[in-house]
Amino acid sequence: MKHLWILLLCIGLSSNAMAETPEEKGLAIAKAADERDAGFGDFIADMTMTLRNRKGNESVRYIRIRTLEGEGEGDKSMSIFDEPRDVKGTAMLTFSHGLKPDDQWLYLPALKRVKRINSRNKSGPFMGSEFAFEDLGSQEVEKYSYKYLRDEACGEWQCYVTERKPEYEYSGYTRQIVWRDQAEYRVVKVEFYDRKNALLKTLDSRGYKEYIGRYWRPDEMFVQNHQNGKSTLLKWSNYQFRTGLTDRDFNSNTLSSVR
Amino acid sequence: MDAKYIALIAGILLPSAVQPVVAGVWSGDISAELRYFPDDALSPAQYNDENASLAFKPEYYHEWDNRRQGFTFIAFARLDQNDEERSHADIRELNHRLTRGDWEWRFGIGKVFWGVTESQHLVDIINQTDLVENLDGEDKLGQPMIQATWLQDWGALEFFVLPAFRERSFPGAEGRLRTPLVVDTDRAEYESDDEQQHIDWALRSKIIIGAWEIGLAHFSGTARNPELLPVLDGNGNPVLVPRYNLIDQSSLDVSAILGNWLWKLEAIYQDNPVDSYAAAVGGFEYTFYGIFESALDLGAIVEYHYDDRGEAARVPFQDDVFAGARLAFNDAQSTEILAGSIIDLDSDSRSFRIEASRRLGNSFKLSGELQLFSNIDPQDVLYSLRDDDYLQVELGWYF
Repeated sequence: MKHLWILLLCIGLSSNAMAETPEEKGLAIAKAADERDAGFGDFIADMTMTLRNRKGNESVRYIRIRTLEGEGEGDKSMSIFDEPRDVKGTAMLTFSHGLKPDDQWLYLPALKRVKRINSRNKSGPFMGSEFAFEDLGSQEVEKYSYKYLRDEACGEWQCYVTERKPEYEYSGYTRQIVWRDQAEYRVVKVEFYDRKNALLKTLDSRGYKEYIGRYWRPDEMFVQNHQNGKSTLLKWSNYQFRTGLTDRDFNSNTLSSVR
Repeated sequence: MDAKYIALIAGILLPSAVQPVVAGVWSGDISAELRYFPDDALSPAQYNDENASLAFKPEYYHEWDNRRQGFTFIAFARLDQNDEERSHADIRELNHRLTRGDWEWRFGIGKVFWGVTESQHLVDIINQTDLVENLDGEDKLGQPMIQATWLQDWGALEFFVLPAFRERSFPGAEGRLRTPLVVDTDRAEYESDDEQQHIDWALRSKIIIGAWEIGLAHFSGTARNPELLPVLDGNGNPVLVPRYNLIDQSSLDVSAILGNWLWKLEAIYQDNPVDSYAAAVGGFEYTFYGIFESALDLGAIVEYHYDDRGEAARVPFQDDVFAGARLAFNDAQSTEILAGSIIDLDSDSRSFRIEASRRLGNSFKLSGELQLFSNIDPQDVLYSLRDDDYLQVELGWYF
């Protein structure tokens, strides 16, 4: 009898440990992915965005990105616009804060004016593209709640499929379905559902490369909007990690010196 | 081993990469502008109907020393059909930047903007206004300076030594948008015997506390905005002569982002030999994001202008309200419209302005501007502009 109790207890304990809820498993995957990418320090990269409308007309943006990893706080990042030419020299500085609204400044070179801007327009399009500001911001774990859905093959890899719901305010999405590969936690695909829970757009990330022996970044990110027929192809190039950027390179008072 | 620990070791062992620099890049724009004035000018000397104008702004930038040093050159030239004072050229910037630790230095001709409000730039004083360019006063002449910025996590301290003065540009006799008497810029007078060689200085602190940004500044030197004194020129014709006094001006500018509200205040106290005064402009911008389930953002802007000299002030804003709206389409062509009206609460004089712009293709931009004056009181500084309503269309090519 005593043995039976112990046996039952053991079964109870193990099944408890095994019965991770889908929410717990989803969160664990997000945490593991975050950990996998931690410690990059800083990186710089160039980004070419090609916007394509339903008629096939294209317009191109050329933007340089600098990001500094936050220690115990969100990342700091800077976007410097080279094209279109009429906005050349415009720079955007963002301090991400997870659930709290980000701090954001815009530098307008024609007036030499630095403007504090409202970071509430998370769902707004970035430079007229199909990427919203919230898609390009840093993806801290606490920004979403998670739910593991299933394992599934994704191209040559095996993926975790997870649903995540934004916990921050003013998102344009009710939920996203994220495909992450199980080996390196690379985001392969994301489906975005709008405020009415209708499928809005799909993001495909392709051509992953490993930098400094640890950090995986895609060469291309392609967004197809299913509602308006427009698409945006974002090509990354010239990735460099640990270039020695510091907080001083992310100061709103010297935005006019940034090129 | 912990991932961050590995990263830390790797970071120490690997030599840090060299920062890519922007080396020797030319860019700029060429713009064709057309203005149309529906009303005949007050003076027969001034042109009527339309005016064509061409502007060229080349820029050169080079940086080196791991981005810690940079050289900037920006020139500007305009050729105007009718106004020979508006046909002019200027070096907007020609300076060397040096960044060392917490300090950033700038030597040469530069441009600096201070302030937060939209309908008037009250605290912005370092650069002289290139008034022939546009009534809005947002075009500035290059200012010779030594600038030192001390960067801190809480903000920054800035120091300026300004060894040479730039005179304000004014429209010529044939030009529109001018005072009834022509300003004779060749006969400028100065309070200081050093005239344009008087050494001005300024300092400014910028403090950032969460959503609040506070600027405190002091300027000591030659006034940017001259008195205009009526005199007779060599031919016995009455003209205005600009007189530049020595002033001390302290200023405060504050902005705060609170939800969808952006609150703004600019205030100055100016000590000068004629009419020492205090003035302020303040208000808010409230933004509705993604209106009508679209990508459009609509901002409502309201600002109040105050000047303690009242109607005696030589400026258009003493007890005025600006109300305006900004519509950003957030489309691939970056279409934007800004419309606003300034109403003088004492005299009910009104001016109305609408600005719109849209990119064409990848390297052209089309801009339009409509300026109307209505019910302008004879006591108002703007009275001389009462027949200068205009429509402007500009096409710029950016390279």
